[in-house]
Amino acid sequence: MSHEQEYIEIFDHNRELIEEPCATLLNAARGRAAVQFRSMGFPGIKEENWLHSNVAKRFATDFGMNLGRVEVKTDMQSIFTCDVPNLKTHQAFIINDTFRNSAGGKELPEGVILASLNETAEKYPTLLQPYYDALAVNGDNIAQFNTMFAQDGMVLYVPKNCVIDETIQVVTLLQANVEMLSNRRLLVILEENSSASLLICDHSSMEKQTLSTQVMEVFLGRGAQFNLYELEETSHSNTRLGHLFVRQDADSNFNHSNITLTNGFTRNYINVSLEGHGAETNICGLAIGDKEQHIDNHTLVDHKTGNCNSNELYKYILDEHSTGVFAGKMLIRPDAQHTNSQQTNRNLCLTNDAHMYAQPQLEIYADDVKCSHGSTVGQLDENALFYMQQRGIPADEARHLLMYAFAGEVIEHIGIEALRDRLHMLVEKRLRRELNHCKGCSLCK
Amino acid sequence: MENLLEIKNLHATIDGKEILKGINLTVKAGEVHAIMGPNGSGKSTLSNVLVGHPAYTVTEGEIYYKGKNLLELRPEERSHEGLFLSFQYPVEIPGVSITNFMRAAINAKRQYLGQEPMNATEFLKMMREKRALVNLDSKLANRSVNEGFSGGEKKRNEIFQMAMLEPTLSILDETDSGLDIDALRIVAEGVNKLKREDTSSLVITHYQRLLDYIKPDIVHVLYNGKIVKTAGPELVMELEERGYDWIKNENQQ
Repeated sequence: MSHEQEYIEIFDHNRELIEEPCATLLNAARGRAAVQFRSMGFPGIKEENWLHSNVAKRFATDFGMNLGRVEVKTDMQSIFTCDVPNLKTHQAFIINDTFRNSAGGKELPEGVILASLNETAEKYPTLLQPYYDALAVNGDNIAQFNTMFAQDGMVLYVPKNCVIDETIQVVTLLQANVEMLSNRRLLVILEENSSASLLICDHSSMEKQTLSTQVMEVFLGRGAQFNLYELEETSHSNTRLGHLFVRQDADSNFNHSNITLTNGFTRNYINVSLEGHGAETNICGLAIGDKEQHIDNHTLVDHKTGNCNSNELYKYILDEHSTGVFAGKMLIRPDAQHTNSQQTNRNLCLTNDAHMYAQPQLEIYADDVKCSHGSTVGQLDENALFYMQQRGIPADEARHLLMYAFAGEVIEHIGIEALRDRLHMLVEKRLRRELNHCKGCSLCK
Repeated sequence: MENLLEIKNLHATIDGKEILKGINLTVKAGEVHAIMGPNGSGKSTLSNVLVGHPAYTVTEGEIYYKGKNLLELRPEERSHEGLFLSFQYPVEIPGVSITNFMRAAINAKRQYLGQEPMNATEFLKMMREKRALVNLDSKLANRSVNEGFSGGEKKRNEIFQMAMLEPTLSILDETDSGLDIDALRIVAEGVNKLKREDTSSLVITHYQRLLDYIKPDIVHVLYNGKIVKTAGPELVMELEERGYDWIKNENQQ
């Protein structure tokens, strides 16, 4: 039996079990998603978008899924408190797919919801109804898989004109005694002129094989401002399949930094749809790989209307046998006149065994636009290395300084100073290979 | 006077091609030597070999520096021992500020010498003093090394770094190239201010004009991988008047 067939059977045989604890809103989307998944299955490596990421193979492990929602005992005190010095945060956790607010967190402004997706869907179905699955419905095979099985996750809802000053930090963890597959679902709704910053730290660092699918849908109302920082620090035994869908209304602003520090196999798909005049999106990524790490980022910035700006910067540092994939598409539709769009992708391959597959794409159907893209793959500059050695900087240190400088450009885009400082430190540690054996959240150490 | 640098019968190749064909040169402590010669004679190769550039292979001969076998030292160790090259083409290092670059360099040297890292206040004070020596704009110190610098700024940055590292033997590889007359004066004055009784320089140049400011004790002409003429400062004037052709002709037999 093929792997997709196994999961289709699990779905068919356990549908009641899956749906029983869940809100109608979540259940209503499953049927359609299942039909789609049945016809598509897992992506094959002959498909253009999956040429270099054999994702079907990642599902070959006999994972447990906890569809019966057996409570995972978690001593919240024993879970580290993720503390970025000088950064005030409101903290929450998602253990597997279950939302936990951390005790003693600061009060959020009135009207803000930061809660379990399932509970919120029960409580306020009409609030979430226009949004849930509205973007992921057009997603790929894995997004449909997530919709089929999703039972919980998180909602962040910020009402009109509400500004949240503190960064909201969510730590996602996988906890189980067996090989484990978990499907997280996140929904972010920022109404008109509201503003929020969300930091998501993905720390699924078990010894056992783990796989998480994450679908996050983000809706930004007119003039809304959303900063999203995603930091992955998982282990070699983890597979992360992330999907981020963003819809931006007029004059909204979206800043996204996506940093993969340690991982096993990662595929991040980002789809940003610019649907109102004056919307701006800035997406950055940094991936640091060694050993057999695999990091794949697929992005689509979809300019559907005019006068929008987009900037994209992705950088990879690949050592040993690691593999990087970057496919970034900028789509400028016929109505998107006066678009300003830039994409940059730069990659360092430090060994002959490290592989980078870069595919920058620009599709323009409007005639009055300013667009550029560029991609490079190379090694550290030998002349710069020698220059530094001549000044007395040992070769290893010189190499490290150059890599750190290369990565630093991405970190500089992070708007929160305390987080930026912390990430500079983390990246430096990572490049010095001091993070490899870290089991917990290095943000707190 | 003690021999600071002794080069004996030095042969060196790049990509299998022999460039240096038996160089003999002795520099005593406190001396300024000028090395002149036509294009392609091996001047830059000599400076690169001295600082241990990996592209060059020494096939024969010996180099002693402060009595140590220089060829056994790594490039950074040569730097720690007081060897400095002012590059003909200083390299741009995007993302590394001059301040961080110099801090790494100074502290690596101090570690090599068994000293504690320099504290921040002391370091910044030193940066300020040495910057003043070559009129290097304080804004440049926060910028990435050489990135977007003009030709003059790059050369001034080289001499600034030289001032920071206080070398015993400095090699100035065509430091005058790309400089206008004012920049040339500033750079040369910087070099002269750094001169101490026990420090020596090798000044590599095509032209007389740098040597109007930095007075050499001994002048060598390098041609076809060998030193073919050695004389006092008066040789500079002779070369300026007669060019290099007479030297080429003398050495063709």
